[in-house]
Amino acid sequence: MEDTEKLVVDLVTKHGKTRNSLLPVLQGVVKEEHFLSEAAMIAIAKALNLSSADVYGTASFYSFLDTEPRGENIIRVCKTITCKMKGKHQIIEALEGHLKIKEGETTRNNKFTLLSANCLGWCHKGPVMLVNDDVYPEVGPDSVIDIIEKYC
Amino acid sequence: MISKKLKRVDIIFECNGCEPTEVVKKAMKKSPDEIIAAVIESGLRGRGGAGFPTGMKWKFAKEEKSDIKYVICNADEGEPGTFKDREILDVVPNKVLSGMAICAYAIGAKEGFIYLRGEYNFLLKKLQTIIDAFNNSMSKIGLDFAIEIRSGSGAYVCGEETALFESMEGRRGEPRNKPPFPTQAGYNGKPTIINNVETLVYATMIFRLGVKEFKDLGTTDSRGSKVFSISGDTPKAGIHELELGLNLAEFVEEFGDGDTKAVQVGGASGHCVPRKLFKDTIIGFEGIPTGGSMMIFNSTRSMFNILNDYLEFFAEESCGQCTPCRVGTQQLIKGIRAVKQGDMPSEYLDQLMKLTETMQIASKCGLGQSVANSFSSIVTNFREEMIY
Repeated sequence: MEDTEKLVVDLVTKHGKTRNSLLPVLQGVVKEEHFLSEAAMIAIAKALNLSSADVYGTASFYSFLDTEPRGENIIRVCKTITCKMKGKHQIIEALEGHLKIKEGETTRNNKFTLLSANCLGWCHKGPVMLVNDDVYPEVGPDSVIDIIEKYC
Repeated sequence: MISKKLKRVDIIFECNGCEPTEVVKKAMKKSPDEIIAAVIESGLRGRGGAGFPTGMKWKFAKEEKSDIKYVICNADEGEPGTFKDREILDVVPNKVLSGMAICAYAIGAKEGFIYLRGEYNFLLKKLQTIIDAFNNSMSKIGLDFAIEIRSGSGAYVCGEETALFESMEGRRGEPRNKPPFPTQAGYNGKPTIINNVETLVYATMIFRLGVKEFKDLGTTDSRGSKVFSISGDTPKAGIHELELGLNLAEFVEEFGDGDTKAVQVGGASGHCVPRKLFKDTIIGFEGIPTGGSMMIFNSTRSMFNILNDYLEFFAEESCGQCTPCRVGTQQLIKGIRAVKQGDMPSEYLDQLMKLTETMQIASKCGLGQSVANSFSSIVTNFREEMIY
């Protein structure tokens, strides 16, 4: 709680106390805490002199600004046309089997959240997967397991 | 309409080691008006998809009286099937920055931003280093202009220019009404030039190579070349720079897998061209324009599934602000599924086509307006696949 408030204060100091800083501040909190807790959004609202509803309204618009708890590592598998053609279903299945969760869920140890995402911009090298900010193009059902093991 | 032979071009990625700052220096020997005249003369049109003449855009921004103006590079590349901007920013970022600097000099802007989609965050660190060095070199050559990066957070609609401004101003990425246009009131309500990544590189290259070399390529309506993002059922998936005005049949011969059934030109918001129309289709502003996305489908693909995927994409990415788009995209999905399952007669497809026409007229931004492109081209050309 105190950590969150300090993080928000630091981010606001870095980016400036204006509305234009809202996205960079939200992104900064997500980078550290993996999602936006109520406490974080209230702290941001206070620091930028906005209503907390306004902060939530803005955050909830963006798919990368999660407002529900997420694991330490967020896996996003591209689900758009060409990645689907190249077998994203098998990728999701392999990850679901290995992590023992369904798409949209977080592992019990809080290590991973498995999500699908719209076009990630690697259509020539599908299927593609993001783990946090790292990109893994041309993955297969076996290679994805090796990749996520690196984040354990 | 006469189409051009398929011709490979190497302008965007050539000369990796060249010093783009030199190009800015060279351009600064001309007056701002001369710069704008040269861009107009070149015939360069926006490479993001909409194709607005770049020189005219710069001219409008220059004519605005304001102490503060901005140059924004739109790197929120989200159109399914498009990935060329990522490659350009990865391989030749300095050329993008130079294009922004030349624009800034021409219109009188001191601040620039690159709005980079969140999916490309892996580029951030490298880009920041390059930008820091570039900003330094600009002050050395006496141009008061500095660039910063802003990240997106996974919203396709933020590629729409006014939604992008909203996002930069810390709000939901909901498009604004136009007018006023960005050149009049853009970011922070100030005159703003917003150009696609690739457009800015061509601007740089026009001043490096000269107007004539650029203008000699392409056709009257579509000058120059274009970077194509080619994906789907093709042995040559990847990025290819080709002269504009090419014939789609030749394109398919070069890039298809021998069994091409359809090509989606311009991504989910573009047009789907069936095999029988390949030879009559020109890729360019006189035919079918594209932001570069070319998705190739062979005969094993179900066009129903493809249309269903497009619609799911639009329904998810619709910002929800205006009713035609928010409700329309949902109804289209329900509608085509009902026809496929036999719950509705095939004539219902015609009613859905009328709905897309309404969306085209009544939606606030390009997202809702362009759903009609893929919907009508797929339903018209592959009607039997929608029903059976």
